[in-house]
Amino acid sequence: MKTAQKLTAFKTILTKEVMRFLRIWVQTLVPPAITMTLYFVIFGNLIGSQIGDMDGFKYIEYIIPGLIMMSVITNSYSNVVSTFFTAKMFGHIQEMLISPVPNHIILMGYIGGGMARGLMVGLIVTLVSLFFSSLTIQHPFITIAVVVLTSMLFSIAGLINAIYAKSFDDITIIPTFVLTPLTYLGGVFYSINMLSDFWQNVSLANPVLYMVNGFRYGILGVSDISPVASFSLLAVFIVALYGFAYYLLKKGVGIRS
Amino acid sequence: MTHALKITNLKKTYDNKFQALKGINLEVQKGDFFALLGANGAGKSTAIGIICSLVNKTDGDVSVFGYDLEKDRETVQEHIGLVPQEFNFNIWEPVIEIILNQAGYYGIERPVARKRAEELLKHLDLWDKRDEQAQNLSGGMKRRLMIARALIHNPKLLILDEPTAGVDIEIRRSMWEFLKKLNQAGTTIILTTHYLEEAESMCNNIAIINKGEVVESTSMKELLSRLQVETFVLDLKEPLDKCPEDCELTINLRDPSTLEVELDKSRSLNYLFETLSKHNIRVMSMRNKTNRLEELFVKLVKTDNEDSSS
Repeated sequence: MKTAQKLTAFKTILTKEVMRFLRIWVQTLVPPAITMTLYFVIFGNLIGSQIGDMDGFKYIEYIIPGLIMMSVITNSYSNVVSTFFTAKMFGHIQEMLISPVPNHIILMGYIGGGMARGLMVGLIVTLVSLFFSSLTIQHPFITIAVVVLTSMLFSIAGLINAIYAKSFDDITIIPTFVLTPLTYLGGVFYSINMLSDFWQNVSLANPVLYMVNGFRYGILGVSDISPVASFSLLAVFIVALYGFAYYLLKKGVGIRS
Repeated sequence: MTHALKITNLKKTYDNKFQALKGINLEVQKGDFFALLGANGAGKSTAIGIICSLVNKTDGDVSVFGYDLEKDRETVQEHIGLVPQEFNFNIWEPVIEIILNQAGYYGIERPVARKRAEELLKHLDLWDKRDEQAQNLSGGMKRRLMIARALIHNPKLLILDEPTAGVDIEIRRSMWEFLKKLNQAGTTIILTTHYLEEAESMCNNIAIINKGEVVESTSMKELLSRLQVETFVLDLKEPLDKCPEDCELTINLRDPSTLEVELDKSRSLNYLFETLSKHNIRVMSMRNKTNRLEELFVKLVKTDNEDSSS
């Protein structure tokens, strides 16, 4: 395939994916907005006013970056895992497999779709948060870079989950039993400086902590983790998972008999 | 001459140790209309899956128009269009989107794809349904949608895996006409079907697969010439009480008005009618008892099964 043809194939997959989640926006875009509004009301306004300041910020201001990141992670992941698994289950993944579209393009198309939904939900949640608190972004470049890379990382992770999944149960196990605990314990609602040394060290093994704190640094200018560590971890995970996803696709794991 | 498809010693063993293909060899010439027949589970769909990059082979070689599937996979894929046995499109997408997306996977820009899609959908009587969700189409329309999708990139080799299964006779015939025209325009076609009269009337060459092995690969004409005896069913003008005893033909009276006659290949139909006339038997109409290819197919597969079990 020539470069222009590859670009057309990429645009096709990306557009198809974006149109898919836009077509069912009531299922894909509205629920995170409602959930996060409840978080802002309950944790931010009602409970947050009892907690007081954290790292020099009101509690609601402190948790906003974490909640935005949480919605980005969840939606990037769930978009790719559900769409790729459905394509596998109903067989329309074969439309791509019989065509000359390279595996890199298939990967990038699906990852792009997951990122588009993750970032769109992130933007919606950000707009909702403005009803509860004013938001001044301290480091715009870092903010955008961290959120884009995080959505990319979790889109790839969702794809790997979908490749291995054999039933609809398999696409909910990882989000429920792995992703949600990691996100809730990843510093969304608290600073790890509040924890004992032991639990601080345990928390450092949680990759989500680096992303949430990188994003918080971008918005508020405070973080438990150095931004360099956040970017390094993101880069390593993205390269490793992308390479693994490419290998699985090339071998045909879960999609070719 | 370059083959449209050449398969050499192709083997496939699935993870559960089931050997679906035991080293098949097959050649399909450019421009051919080729029938690939076999009972359910014989290995046809596995072979097609390998050719179309949907199944990983265990061993052997596949080349399409001289391009090796392993070395030039992209080029091979550009040349092939597949109409699979099962409906495998996104049923929630509109018809036109399914076609345009497929074109996109081949790197065809939307404006070009749109023109081709319009032509194909009009040819296949689906243009009026272009904005319908695919799930709302009838079975026959879904089959035609898959044909349109397979042809959007103008493949030189079209593989149809039971394209007319579950399709009513009227639509089946219109699909035959369409495929014949496509073949006449230069597209090589490989057809698997359970309707043997379809294979007999449309295909020039044939291969029969049984239990993962090619038990026959020859021209349709040559295969049909092997049929030694044909059985005809005759509707009689006047009912008969019993078969004539001194008749030179092998005759069986099905009911007083229907006679079954076996005719040796060396004898002409004139001989049949002369013999019947001698016995004052008058015929209103006649037909083959079974399709000729069906008789041969059953015989070949049965012989192969007996050989392998002994």
